Amino acid sequence: MSAWIEIGKLDDIPIRGSRIVETPAGQLALFRTSDDGVFALVNRCPHRGGPLSEGLVSGKVVVCPLHGWTIDLESGSATAPDEGCTPRMTVRVENGRLWLPSGGTFPHDP
Amino acid sequence: MHPPHRRRLVVIGNGMAGMRTVEELLARCPAGYAITVFGDEPLVNYNRIMLSSVLAGDKSAEEIAINAHSWYEENGLTLHAGDAVLSICRKTRTVTSASGHTVPYDKLLIATGSKPLMPPLPGIELPGVVAFRQMSDVQAMLETAQTKRRAAVIGGGLLGLEAAWGLKRRGMDVAVAHLMPSLMERQLDREAAALLQRELTERGLHFFMNAQSEEILGETRAEGLLFADGRSVPADLVVVATGIRPNVALAKACGLDINRGIAVGNGMETSDPDIYAVGECVEHGGQTFGLVAPLWEQAKVCAARLAGDATASYTTPPLSTRLKITGIDVFSAGQLATQSDDDSELVLRDSGRGVYRKLILREGRLVGAVMYGDVAESGWYFELIRNHSDISPFRDRILLGRALSHACAHDKDMETDVADLSDDTQICGCNGISKGAIAAAIKSKQLTTLNEVRAHTKASASCGQCTSAVQAILAHVTGAAAPLPETMCGCTDLSHDAVRKEILTQKLKTQEMVFSALAWRSADGCAKCRPALNYYLLCAWPGEYVDDSRSRFVNERLHANIQKDGTYSVIPRMWGGLTNPAELRAIAAAAEKHGVPAVKVTGGQRIDLLGVPKERLPAIWADLNAAGLVSGHAYGKSLRTVKTCVGSEWCRFGTQDSTGLGVKLEKMTWGSWTPHKFKMAVSGCPRNCAEASIKDFGIVCVEGGYDIMVGGNGGIEVRVTDQLTRAVSEEEVMEFCAAFLQLYREEARYLERTAPWVERMGIAYVKKRLVDDAAGRKALAGRFAHAQRYSQDDPWFERAGRGADAHEFKSLAVVE
Ligand code: SRM
Ligand SMILES: Cc1cc2nc3c(=O)[nH]c(=O)nc-3n(C[C@H](O)[C@H](O)[C@H](O)COP(=O)(O)OP(=O)(O)OC[C@H]3O[C@@H](n4cnc5c(N)ncnc54)[C@H](O)[C@@H]3O)c2cc1C
Ligand code: SF4
Ligand code: FES
Repeated sequence: MSAWIEIGKLDDIPIRGSRIVETPAGQLALFRTSDDGVFALVNRCPHRGGPLSEGLVSGKVVVCPLHGWTIDLESGSATAPDEGCTPRMTVRVENGRLWLPSGGTFPHDP
Repeated sequence: MHPPHRRRLVVIGNGMAGMRTVEELLARCPAGYAITVFGDEPLVNYNRIMLSSVLAGDKSAEEIAINAHSWYEENGLTLHAGDAVLSICRKTRTVTSASGHTVPYDKLLIATGSKPLMPPLPGIELPGVVAFRQMSDVQAMLETAQTKRRAAVIGGGLLGLEAAWGLKRRGMDVAVAHLMPSLMERQLDREAAALLQRELTERGLHFFMNAQSEEILGETRAEGLLFADGRSVPADLVVVATGIRPNVALAKACGLDINRGIAVGNGMETSDPDIYAVGECVEHGGQTFGLVAPLWEQAKVCAARLAGDATASYTTPPLSTRLKITGIDVFSAGQLATQSDDDSELVLRDSGRGVYRKLILREGRLVGAVMYGDVAESGWYFELIRNHSDISPFRDRILLGRALSHACAHDKDMETDVADLSDDTQICGCNGISKGAIAAAIKSKQLTTLNEVRAHTKASASCGQCTSAVQAILAHVTGAAAPLPETMCGCTDLSHDAVRKEILTQKLKTQEMVFSALAWRSADGCAKCRPALNYYLLCAWPGEYVDDSRSRFVNERLHANIQKDGTYSVIPRMWGGLTNPAELRAIAAAAEKHGVPAVKVTGGQRIDLLGVPKERLPAIWADLNAAGLVSGHAYGKSLRTVKTCVGSEWCRFGTQDSTGLGVKLEKMTWGSWTPHKFKMAVSGCPRNCAEASIKDFGIVCVEGGYDIMVGGNGGIEVRVTDQLTRAVSEEEVMEFCAAFLQLYREEARYLERTAPWVERMGIAYVKKRLVDDAAGRKALAGRFAHAQRYSQDDPWFERAGRGADAHEFKSLAVVE
């Protein structure tokens, strides 16, 4: 099946913070929650493309820095009453290392 | 063969009474009628009461909409907005509108409201003369307020005063002309009216009492108002609020019975059994209407009749009035005065607190109440009036309110007060929501917070005066303790003030301690409470609490303003607006070297470099640092700029060295974190070129002194400063500045600027703390100086020079 690429360590991402990964299809934002969950979303808010990586993370949501939409990290969906969805991507965390699937499976711009 | 015939209902008037009737009807029989609504305003149905709040800037036009377009669609209503009905033909049973629609009806509902009374004064037709009835009136007033300064309001009733206050809030000089010797004479007795007039005068309104308006002056537009006794007042805007009259034109033209309003019976039917009428256009039992409470009742009865319930019958409920002016509490219901010697009058007067309360008793029952200053008990008194309750068991204490009356009468348990209210007691007057409706929504939707109740029922979502009653019902229904007003966020029931107090008394020094000691509902807070807590902890424990950058919004975390394309702006500090060739050269060089696409002079007397990509920030900061330039905190809830004018150093009018003082103030205060942004200015003379009178802290220099002005704001809602005091030396100014900042830091709520804070606390309170109490002032200034020891590190140097937060500025990985 698909191969995996190592992109860094869990501790490279601040708790309740995020880091960016550049991909041929654009930026991905990797978030780390306070219970060390790691989630990857395309770094574009479904509202007007704000950089979600700069948002405030709490629980399993990130609040977009531009106009305050709340995006669910697990599904990439905006929470009601806002509507919209940001593509997400699987991340593997193993022994404190982070892996993304390689080749062709990156989400494309919606 | 034909589908069952759906009867057709046509509604004329997309206003409060008409749409409420439709809502009630939909609740009873959703598919009973095919409904067509005509409204001559080009809008969806909105809460007319709240026009006062839109005028005053407390609500936006969108916020007061009652039903969105989607509601009409979902319920299958056809809405013709902006299309007035011109005629009703009872023979063909059709109505015809201005745009040419002719629509047949089986039942017709007339809900055309009322028209403002426009007295036949010369000049009444001039541009600049408006009524206060609909959204377009408010828009006209707001437009005028943007370019003109002086307004006159004819009419000192409820509507006139709310208009006057709204215009005052919008920065106009406002005079109110009232025909009577006392304001709101239909709702208030002389004494309450006098208190009200005094308070409004203190807030800057001007009153012309016993003033018979004779003419609106002006050639091509309104320029002033002339009174019969020869007095006059200049005015670019004249608002007429002298009363309303039922809008009966359509009903009259088609031959329905009319008195003052459209005559209706107990079922809200007109003289034609297929035509109903509700709202301010009707007359029932010799009475016409001007408040919403009776209209909700009419809507209910009319809907029941339309749905086939022939027993529903209307009676007018007792009415109460409140004035919607922030911070002024007035209430009245029933009789204003004794009618005969058998009536008694009980009065409580506390001139120190500005509280007045008068109750009228008749045969052991309460028949009237007038309250000023403290209206917390108004709901209880109103309930006693409505229920004709026997008050003799606690007559001797009734003036002191419910708790003491009941404690004395031993007949009730205080806790169950809301339980005693009948289900149809109206709680929210703005939206006409009863206690029963609120309780039912709480139960069926399992609501637990005030905000949820607001979202689902609209109760207390408009003017907010019934908030405490709604909370009490919530507490009663859910069995929980009544939550405090304005909880910080969904993570806690505590208010901002309560959380701050606990942080100090329980010595909570980290966010985790706050979460666990105060039983936060979420493990790590949310985007609302975390920035607030970060600030409160920083303010409470300077030097001890470690700032949590992940609890700051992006601008503060990155020390630059994010732009709409995801790039950032860089604004270095220019102390007091001063700069020099070396700094300008360094800025120019940095802009060239880093390809900065735009350079702009800001409104804060310094230079903005716009469009810098995030990863370049440390490099450009390093170059600016090398020339001695540091962060201007243009992004922070923190000290922003100190604007100055040239002052006595150069200006022929300058009385003091305003530039030098501005630089000193900025050097003392830069880097400090505040509940919201904080701006200062120093003007060298009362010409005030630095606009000190709209700053959080402003100095206007005068011969031999410095006027210290606080609580100004130039933003969304302009507020002119209040004068705190006059200082005699720069040292004194510096001390007042530090003390004022610290008081604001310690006591305001997060995201509350000084303007609303000073308004909430009252300038008298600020004076008491800073002017009257010299020792307290020095202590505050001392605490500010202490906190500054830990906050005056240039955040740009921390990052560019010392490598702090390096991860922020580069990607984790690049995947090919
Ligand atoms: C750059 C500047 C406009 C300019 O080019 O002149 C500016 C730019 C912004 N202002 Fe401002 N304001 C600027 C001077 C002002 C002034 C004038 C002044 O300070 O004398 C005011 C009115 C005075 C006042 O605050 O009382 C002003 C009232 C606002 C407000 C309304 C605040 C209020 O209390 O109503 C906001 C919105 C907010 O803070 O929530 C705001 C917000 C903003 C934000 C931060 C919007 C945002 O959240 O992104 C803008 C950032 C643009 C950027 O990235 O650079 N800006 N803003 C000015 C920076 C001054 C400086 O050197 O630091
Ligand atoms: C600024 C302000 C503040 C107020 N504050 C309070 C308060 O605090 N408490 C309180 O109880 N009451 C208050 N009121 C009064 C309250 O708003 C009214 O009692 C209520 O709106 C009347 O409802 P209605 O449906 O009869 O009339 P409206 O709400 O006026 O509705 C009538 C509608 O019919 C439309 N119409 C008229 N003729 C036609 C036609 N031929 N074709 C189509 N449409 C037509 C009108 O454009 C209007 O939209 C306030 C009123 C104002 C203006
Ligand atoms: S006024 Fe201020 S907030 Fe509005 S666009 Fe201009 S800079 Fe931005
Ligand atoms: S771009 Fe994210 S909320 Fe607007």
